[in-house]
Amino acid sequence: MRPPIIGVLALQGDAREHLRRIASSGATGVAVRRRAELDAIDGLILPGGESTTIAKLLNRFELMEPLRARIRAGLPVYGSCAGMILLADRILDAPADQDTIGGMDVTVRRNAFGRQVESFENEVPIPAVGQCSFAAVFIRAPWVEQSGPDVEVLGRVSGGAADGKVVAVRQGGLLATSFHPELTDDGRIHSFFVDMVRG
Amino acid sequence: MSESTDRPVTGTTRVKRGMAEMLKGGVIMDVVNAEQAKIAEDAGAVAVMALERVPADIRAQGGVARMSDPDMIDSIIAAVTIPVMAKVRIGHFVEARVLQSLGVDYIDESEVLTPADEAHHIDKWAFTVPFVCGATNLGEALRRISEGAAMIRSKGEAGTGNVVEATRHMRSIRGEIRKLSTMDETELFSAAKELRAPYDLVTEVAGASKLPVVLFTAGGIATPADAAMMMQLGAEGVFVGSGIFKAGNPAQRATAIVAATTFHDDPDVIAKVSRGLGEAMVGINVSELPDSERYATRGW
Repeated sequence: MRPPIIGVLALQGDAREHLRRIASSGATGVAVRRRAELDAIDGLILPGGESTTIAKLLNRFELMEPLRARIRAGLPVYGSCAGMILLADRILDAPADQDTIGGMDVTVRRNAFGRQVESFENEVPIPAVGQCSFAAVFIRAPWVEQSGPDVEVLGRVSGGAADGKVVAVRQGGLLATSFHPELTDDGRIHSFFVDMVRG
Repeated sequence: MSESTDRPVTGTTRVKRGMAEMLKGGVIMDVVNAEQAKIAEDAGAVAVMALERVPADIRAQGGVARMSDPDMIDSIIAAVTIPVMAKVRIGHFVEARVLQSLGVDYIDESEVLTPADEAHHIDKWAFTVPFVCGATNLGEALRRISEGAAMIRSKGEAGTGNVVEATRHMRSIRGEIRKLSTMDETELFSAAKELRAPYDLVTEVAGASKLPVVLFTAGGIATPADAAMMMQLGAEGVFVGSGIFKAGNPAQRATAIVAATTFHDDPDVIAKVSRGLGEAMVGINVSELPDSERYATRGW
């Protein structure tokens, strides 16, 4: 069987870091900026970046509807940080007109941990993905404020003012983290997603 | 750099440099009030740079250019949800403390403002907030990184609407990186000496063929094609200062520059967004600027 082709949405953000992680997970990574590229992939990563910018570019370059259609048809998607916001059905603390791709029955609060001076690193246990905790990097990060019955909570922050906040979730083929595993050398979350794509 | 623990830790190198990684492929726009900040956010800017006067006006009006009024920065922070950056004078560590306490997301220690110290840049390691600094060449970029800068922008010549200096500086930085990556150990020692940069940083750049931090471009970008050219020359994103709000129809130009930055390798997209933009800012021929009015020579 050929290795799965994992697209990384490359309209804006840290697509390169995700592509590097995909390359070391045994899958084939491709940057996605156009309709034809979207049609050719088996799974998609929505990178970290500025969610307002990425949503506007998705609409402007007519990728939003095709992407929603592929997600409804079962395309596995992993979103980190801005990617989590884009996957959420409902968002808080966003400009009134901010669009999301949606698909996940969650309410996500943007910049929930605060501004950049509050950005932080912390260990987050995600038992469903790996035995040891993850060295998680949170940058102006969102959290999941509320989630529907089909959503599985995979990880929570422990310690500090945000103790217990949900920062990793899965709903079927959709996976999202508030933090950036792509900024570390820990490939477990990407491998987990590649396995989800393999099915 | 692996600083993770069982308690939340702020201000780590990874968090500071990582913030810039999230801005890649994006456009950061100079704004002087809340209304312009909203226009920038609506156009798809990844961040705004809050300042009292855009560089073209600083040039025209002269005098000492300083950190902006905290009220003005607050009003911009309140107006948008995207990151807000602001400028301090080179070496002015108290202005930097003020901006950090205001909750600014990134500080630009900028040659566009009048330098406050002619010998020392700010010790940027001492801050929780990350810093971006300008550079005209690789040695300058590495000296700023060794002082703690978490992001570099090529300086260009701000407020001119003329891309020629941005091109010169980007080509210089990228060319010197390429040269380093072909050198052997012995050559790297003398390269570090010539670059006046720490040897460890020089070997790190030689091994990775890139800076250890994100590299943006700045200073003279006025059109979608300017932005796209700088991306093709190796910039990872674009600062636009006077180029948007000193032009006719800023909203449309801002939107066009965002699109051209993402699709920098697609002339069809750049052609499409370049149509009917109205007048670009009036430019200045940099070769006619006296040395005393060249901002790029500030900092060392």
